Amino acid sequence: MKTEWPLWEIFIRGQHGLSHRHVGSLHAPDAEMAIKNARDVYTRRNEGVSIWVVEAAAITASSPSDKGPMYEPSESKVYRHPSFYDIPDDVGAM
Amino acid sequence: MAREAAFYEFLLRMGDNTLILGHRVSEWCGHAPVLEEDIALANTALDLIGQTQMWLGLAAEVQGAGKTADDLAFLRDAWDFRNLLLVEMPNGDFGQTLMRQFLFDAWHVLQLRALTASSDDRVAAIAAKAVKEATYHLDRSAETVIGLGDGTEESHARMQAALDYLYPYVGEMFLSDAVDAALVEAGIAPDPAALRAEFDATLARVLSEATLTLPAANRARGGGRNGKMHTEHLGHLLTTMQWMQRAYPGATW
Amino acid sequence: MYAQMVKSTGTGVKSREEMSPEEAAFQARIDAGEKIEPKDWMPEGYRKTLIRQIGQHAHSEIVGQLPEGNWITRAPTLERKAILLAKVQDEAGHGLYLYCAAETLGVSRDEMTEMLLDGRMKYSSIFNYPTLTWADMGAVGWLVDGAAIMNQVPLQRTSFGPYSRAMIRVCKEESFHQRQGFDIMMKMAKGNAQQKAMAQDALNRFWYPALMMFGPSDKDSVHSAQSMAWRIKMNTNDELRQKFVDQTVPQAEFLGLSVPDENLKWNEEKGGYDFSEPDWEEFFEVIKGNGPCNTDRLAARNKAWDDGAWVREGLMAHAEKKRARKMAAE
Repeated sequence: MKTEWPLWEIFIRGQHGLSHRHVGSLHAPDAEMAIKNARDVYTRRNEGVSIWVVEAAAITASSPSDKGPMYEPSESKVYRHPSFYDIPDDVGAM
Repeated sequence: MAREAAFYEFLLRMGDNTLILGHRVSEWCGHAPVLEEDIALANTALDLIGQTQMWLGLAAEVQGAGKTADDLAFLRDAWDFRNLLLVEMPNGDFGQTLMRQFLFDAWHVLQLRALTASSDDRVAAIAAKAVKEATYHLDRSAETVIGLGDGTEESHARMQAALDYLYPYVGEMFLSDAVDAALVEAGIAPDPAALRAEFDATLARVLSEATLTLPAANRARGGGRNGKMHTEHLGHLLTTMQWMQRAYPGATW
Repeated sequence: MYAQMVKSTGTGVKSREEMSPEEAAFQARIDAGEKIEPKDWMPEGYRKTLIRQIGQHAHSEIVGQLPEGNWITRAPTLERKAILLAKVQDEAGHGLYLYCAAETLGVSRDEMTEMLLDGRMKYSSIFNYPTLTWADMGAVGWLVDGAAIMNQVPLQRTSFGPYSRAMIRVCKEESFHQRQGFDIMMKMAKGNAQQKAMAQDALNRFWYPALMMFGPSDKDSVHSAQSMAWRIKMNTNDELRQKFVDQTVPQAEFLGLSVPDENLKWNEEKGGYDFSEPDWEEFFEVIKGNGPCNTDRLAARNKAWDDGAWVREGLMAHAEKKRARKMAAE
């Protein structure tokens, strides 16, 4: 019988107040075991306070060939960044 | 029984359990069924070895003969050991290892939880740290016992065989003797018999989910925790574990 | 721990003119220091070489558990036992990270495992040497991990994103491995006469196998040139070997141990040591499967895999039942 355990992507919150970050993957038969395996594999050095697991097959990713249309249009929207605006120093902190 | 002597015995019982079981579990390193389990087993063994250092360290202190935890671990012979017979049983297959772990964890958590309220602060402090580790061990071993019991026909049969093989050693965890009586009186540790009902409840819940059948209760096989009669397995384990200290007496590593 | 590239795919480096537009764009990204991610276009040779290299690297971590695991049950103190166990456990973790990195290239971990078990894929030759005494735990940590780290640190900058990220994690975790080995050696070198002799014996046995870890001299290898162009190999074997010798000899002197090489001599002109080459004939024999422990190592891995089949199947079957029950309840 061929029964490779599915692959899970592991996200860990390193400290209170931070968002979960992708740290790697592992194999597990189900979500509950994936959480436990993540605890044993990815927090051996006190790296986490919270774990998310997502089955890798359930992730939908953007396609690299769409890179141009997906991300370049935002490059020209410089006015979204605070450094675009020149505010005189006299105004104080803003 | 004199309080100090009983206290020392008690500390050996705690430390020898974790020492012998930690050693057994460490035998798996590099040989587990899948990488994730290999890593998890090593974590369990590391927790148990860490607890051993604390229990035997305190035992050496209480003994007051200038010994260390290492002296107690590596330079006593089989008849000096006070561990439950359950933990010296061989690893067998992965199922037997996990069943042994589950049966021990289910007792260990209750014991440690009670010890957090010990009248001896040092005991309470060790228990407070260890109980968190043991709680995770129980979570994991129970889930694995359930998974394998309720898995395939083969995994079910193997888990039932493991339970049948190990269950006779469960009773020893709840036998009370003069050492226990002295500890109960001093408020240091709970009466072992008092932990049985909750243990049985945990067992019933997990085994039912695992679709496993509890074997008929025979007379408890004991002798480990009072040192009267160990199994033959212990001597071989000690031969391996103590080799370096015996072969090179007095060397520092 | 480390993958030794004896062979690689490809037939030398293509010039820009020989490349297809896709290949040229790919090479330009690598030259610009960009990371290649799994879904990006990549030449088939790049994918294949990476699967082989990362796979070999992962297998080396897993087989590498065995020689050190051999001493976990005999460690001389509780602390040494815990340290060694934590270290060997890390190797399992490193194997796991690396398999995951290779899996992003479209090969499953079970497939790679089977290729290791039936001999289609290799692992580092070093793990086919036995660990005979406790001093070998010192020598392995000091020399073998030392050599591995030398190779792995530059690989953190490798072009393939998942490999690079795995190596960053591995290097971070591995920083204690070499130190714990050296610490064992220090204790023994400063210990009694028996301990000192044991330490010297371990150095004698592991010195040349450690030098072999960098692979044969690669001055003529076209394959190596391709891997370097793709930034999946960052330094030549000889560069790393030289660096290793230069770093390790003073450490041996500090320990009061002698490196087993009569020709070892500081060369002022090149600013490094001259040293004897390992026995390459022995190396190729070990790679071919004829080393002291090859048979036992593979047998141990096969046994673990075969004995574990019912566990993997059992837990999977339970997970499926659970899923089915949940769906039926909804």
